[in-house]
Amino acid sequence: MSESGVPPATVAELQTAARQIRQDVIRMTYHAGSGHPGGNLSVADLITALVFHELRLDPEHPDWPDRDRLVLSKGHAAPALYSALAHRGFFDPSSLLTLREIGSPLQGIVDRRKLPGVEASTGGPGQGLGMAVGIALDARLAKRPSRVYAIVGDGECESGLTWEALLAGGRYGLDNLVVFVDRNDPDPDRGTGNRMGLEPLADKLRAFRYDTLEIDGHQFPAIFEGLARARATKGRPSAIIARTVKGKGVSFMENQDAWHARPPNREEAERALAELGGRP
Amino acid sequence: MVERKSASLAEAYSQALVELGERDPTVVALDADTSGARAGAAFEKRFPDRFWDLGMMESTLMTIASGLALGGRTVYASTIAVFAAGAAYDAVRQSVCYNRANVKIVATHGGLLVGGDGATRQMLEDIALMRSLPGMTVIVPGDAPTARTAVLDIASFDGPAYVRLTRENLPVLTDGTFTLGHAAQLREGSDLTIVAIGAMLARALDVAEELHQAGVEARVLDFASIKPADEKTLIQAARDTGAILTMEEHNVLTGLGTLVASATATTQPVPVRQVGVPDLFGESGDPWKLLDHYGLSQKHALDEAWGLLKLRGKVS
Repeated sequence: MSESGVPPATVAELQTAARQIRQDVIRMTYHAGSGHPGGNLSVADLITALVFHELRLDPEHPDWPDRDRLVLSKGHAAPALYSALAHRGFFDPSSLLTLREIGSPLQGIVDRRKLPGVEASTGGPGQGLGMAVGIALDARLAKRPSRVYAIVGDGECESGLTWEALLAGGRYGLDNLVVFVDRNDPDPDRGTGNRMGLEPLADKLRAFRYDTLEIDGHQFPAIFEGLARARATKGRPSAIIARTVKGKGVSFMENQDAWHARPPNREEAERALAELGGRP
Repeated sequence: MVERKSASLAEAYSQALVELGERDPTVVALDADTSGARAGAAFEKRFPDRFWDLGMMESTLMTIASGLALGGRTVYASTIAVFAAGAAYDAVRQSVCYNRANVKIVATHGGLLVGGDGATRQMLEDIALMRSLPGMTVIVPGDAPTARTAVLDIASFDGPAYVRLTRENLPVLTDGTFTLGHAAQLREGSDLTIVAIGAMLARALDVAEELHQAGVEARVLDFASIKPADEKTLIQAARDTGAILTMEEHNVLTGLGTLVASATATTQPVPVRQVGVPDLFGESGDPWKLLDHYGLSQKHALDEAWGLLKLRGKVS
């Protein structure tokens, strides 16, 4: 057992699952001809940790009232979530390549009414986090054991709505709420999430009454230590700033803001898949 | 003018909300406080665990309301109209409507009747904004009994709704027999139809009474149910009376008048004239004088009515 209480064998399995998700992200965005590879690759390990290990979910009963909720406030990380949900058994992975096609339940940004396992239709900055606060309030009022995990992007942290939602979550002391910030901005000066002076982010979150820690968002033991601490925190919500690398796992995409919203072409997709150990 | 007793629409909402809370434990309520304008105070007193005042977070009022609703609750969210439909528009669009969340937005302080605060607090575009949202139900009650029934009725379906209330007390005109998707006929007539909403409903009845004194019979329709709209009754009225006057406290480019004109144009085109706020912002002033100042006076409506009757050759 590691310090996080997660056996090494499990960590190895999760690493394999995360690699699968990264391969799917490349295939899906290449096939769709649009999408956000950078921010999907950065968040792949967090989503893997939550969907394959932490969350109490039942793919056979996606509406199970006592389930935990994952709200993807950075809704453009849809392909990573779709891949995780498909391989977790919510739907057939063969439909993953319909991403962004007319009639597909795999919308470019997550849509709860079209796909089981998606908890909230998001897109507008800060709105998914507000919905997560509402879901957590509801769970507490109903005395349900559900825990609510929101993943917000660092660009989204420039929106006033994010801070309104954070203020409310802190004010109501929602200890069933965990806010992950996917802190993937490679450019400390001008990048999305930095140009307005987001740092020191941890101090800001603490001032908003969150039990806050910063972790390496690509290390499963670190992620699980953070999750364990959040579970033990009472009377206030938790914030986990996950330091991540935009484009993680594909050398030519890593830390390159150009890959925020540009899909790979055929040659790039093949190179990326070769690096990720997948077949084109 | 007929003497009538007046009643507060916000108070009707407040009481109906408590009634709903008693009836159904899944009903919760949220306000975004605007110093003293809070409609949920009575509900908060009765059900403190089921009420949240989100301060001045108008958009987050809607996102949190949506999150609460996704777990199966019926959520009433209230703030003033300019915030509910304006400031929070994208949150209403995405978090509430696109998610098809069971959130009932009750907007107080619609229209010019806000009075003294002036243009930035006088919402004249909310019908346009809310009616354009797929899946949204839109109601503009013309009196307190209708407001009460509407607030109770919208709890019966799973989905979003927007109810626009008025700050000023309004004359009691009905016994509150409101049916969603149905335009109530408050007065029979075959020479002209007057379709009205909100504070203009009483003025419509007064115009009809004046016309009656002059030997002309105007039908008056209460069009509180803006969406779904009772197109059948509009088309029947167009067929029966041949001309329609609309009266609304909203920008005439995008409100009731355009709804009535487009609903009748396809099958029963008749002249439609609008009494409403021209394409302008409001300003500070005495609430009722402001209505007159912006052309929503009884006299102006009467002039338009006579104009329509002349156009149709019903008077010379």
